Amino acid sequence: MPEQQTSVGIELDGVTKRYTGQREPAVDSFTMTINPGETTIFVGPSGCGKTTTMRMINRLIEPSAGRITIGGDDALSLNPDDLRRRIGYAIQQAGLFPHLTVAQNVAVVPGLLKWDKKRINARVEEMLSLVGLEPSEFLHRFPRQLSGGQQQRVGVARALAADPPVLLMDEPFGAVDPITRGNLQDELMRLQSELRKTIVFVTHDFGEAVKLGDRIAVLGDRSRILQYDTPEAILANPADDTVAGFVGAGASLKQLTLLRVRDIELGQTVTATEDESPATVRQRIEADGRKFALVLDGRGRPLRWVHARQLGGDSLAGTGAPVGDLVSSQSTLQDALEAILTEGGDAVVTGTRGEYIGTVQLDTVVGKIRELREEHQS
Amino acid sequence: MTATDAVLTMESGSRRAELLRLFLQPIAAVVLVGGVLLWAFSQDLDAIEVVSLNANTLLNSTWEHVLITAAVTVLVVVVAIPLGIVLTRRWARKIAPIFIGIATIGQAAPAIGVVVLYFLWTEQEGLWAAAIPLAFVSLLPVLRNTMVGIQQIDPALVDAGRGIGMSSLTVLRRVELPLAVPLILAGLRTSLVLAVGTATLALFVNGGGLGFIIDSGYKVARTTVLLTGAALAVGLALLVDWLGALAERYLGPKGLR
Repeated sequence: MPEQQTSVGIELDGVTKRYTGQREPAVDSFTMTINPGETTIFVGPSGCGKTTTMRMINRLIEPSAGRITIGGDDALSLNPDDLRRRIGYAIQQAGLFPHLTVAQNVAVVPGLLKWDKKRINARVEEMLSLVGLEPSEFLHRFPRQLSGGQQQRVGVARALAADPPVLLMDEPFGAVDPITRGNLQDELMRLQSELRKTIVFVTHDFGEAVKLGDRIAVLGDRSRILQYDTPEAILANPADDTVAGFVGAGASLKQLTLLRVRDIELGQTVTATEDESPATVRQRIEADGRKFALVLDGRGRPLRWVHARQLGGDSLAGTGAPVGDLVSSQSTLQDALEAILTEGGDAVVTGTRGEYIGTVQLDTVVGKIRELREEHQS
Repeated sequence: MTATDAVLTMESGSRRAELLRLFLQPIAAVVLVGGVLLWAFSQDLDAIEVVSLNANTLLNSTWEHVLITAAVTVLVVVVAIPLGIVLTRRWARKIAPIFIGIATIGQAAPAIGVVVLYFLWTEQEGLWAAAIPLAFVSLLPVLRNTMVGIQQIDPALVDAGRGIGMSSLTVLRRVELPLAVPLILAGLRTSLVLAVGTATLALFVNGGGLGFIIDSGYKVARTTVLLTGAALAVGLALLVDWLGALAERYLGPKGLR
């Protein structure tokens, strides 16, 4: 089988699952286009059919009706085992085989695909490094010798071992503690920015969906698609009350995690260097109609805020209050808001070398949210 | 001492006890058999006793006993493990109780009755005429443990196996069976001990074995002969149980220990 480097999309068309003895179908005519190289999140309450829908993509559950194409191939006409070897699969609590070592677990799919031994060994080491586990330390351990987070990393390594273009993840981080979950999510985002797989990710945690998803499908009963859009659009403008309820309180706060400081226009404040005389600085502050000035060091890095009232002395050295939280242009607006709240004023933005490049003001943040909401409403 | 401490101590205690048992059991078997043999041969044996109590006859009977036990074991493994696997397949779940029922009858019925009934039915004699009914008698532990061993596996593991592209046969071979091995071995150990014990009945269908010595001692009213035969059978049972314990300890999958 050739390497599958290019991303492939998935088309589901009228996919339905009916169980015998149940009047209502579990999944009712589900139609969706999943973009290649994107992370698509199925999110919805328990029992809404999101997992069933995902499991029909790799035919762990056979659809009763409908069509599924993966990268143009009709998934329902392929041998299910062959199909699944081309699709990575990661589940809650990792599902590692307890009697196999980490290396053997990761090597399962390449083995099924009859790769030669040398290639498998090299690949296993590569995958472990990729998910942040030192191969020499972990290769020969058994799953019970790993923490929950490490098991989950091995689970992801196993899912990716044969370099499948598509990755299905069923609440993979559902069973680990919040801190580990956050780390694993960051790790997955890093991996995805390198690999650009087509990921279908099932979760009931809307926060996780917002963090990881390029697109989110909010699903209701029988896997009905309530809204299928980018996280920004869903947060700014939920399609109906059910989605709004699911997005939950704090939609605007969640939205702040999606926006970066570089997305907004930075404000400026009065700056001064330590060797300037306090009197000239005060003049500048007053001319600008402000109360504070930011003192920078020789390399332009922010040191302290000084109030106009503190500018009576001979020198700027040692006056004012040190700058606490700094944000960079990579920081989220949530970080910026946090800095604004702790500083009790504008947040200071620094560049790559730590130099002052501007400030974020509360009004700018509020304005940005309002602007987004209006944009998605029209 | 807190409750957790107590549990921990108990656990390590039982592990130490298990190790001690592994070490002492074969010694006990050897001491028992050796002691009884020394005692028997130090007696003034009369002409009738000497017919049974000589090295040749004892070795021969013991060897026959081992052969019958081995034949029973092979039959049990060949029948009960595959049957147990088949009965855990989804399509066979409905008929599983029937087979479990039959095997339970086998274990509940008196072994001697099963041996005699089988003889009356087939009119065959010899090693296999004894081994086949005795295998039926000692089938249940392996059958049931194979089924339980497969059924107790976390369904998520089977799902993971299928989900990454293993066929159902590959899942059985590489996931379900290896994980069921500890329980299958435990069942086999029980079956083996049953087989050693009931193999004394083989003499009734001309199968030989230590039953022959015991029976002779009983018929000619010579306690020395009877006791020697019984001690050899007990010693063999202890030894077989020990081998089973060793197998359980060292043949199970490494990742589970």
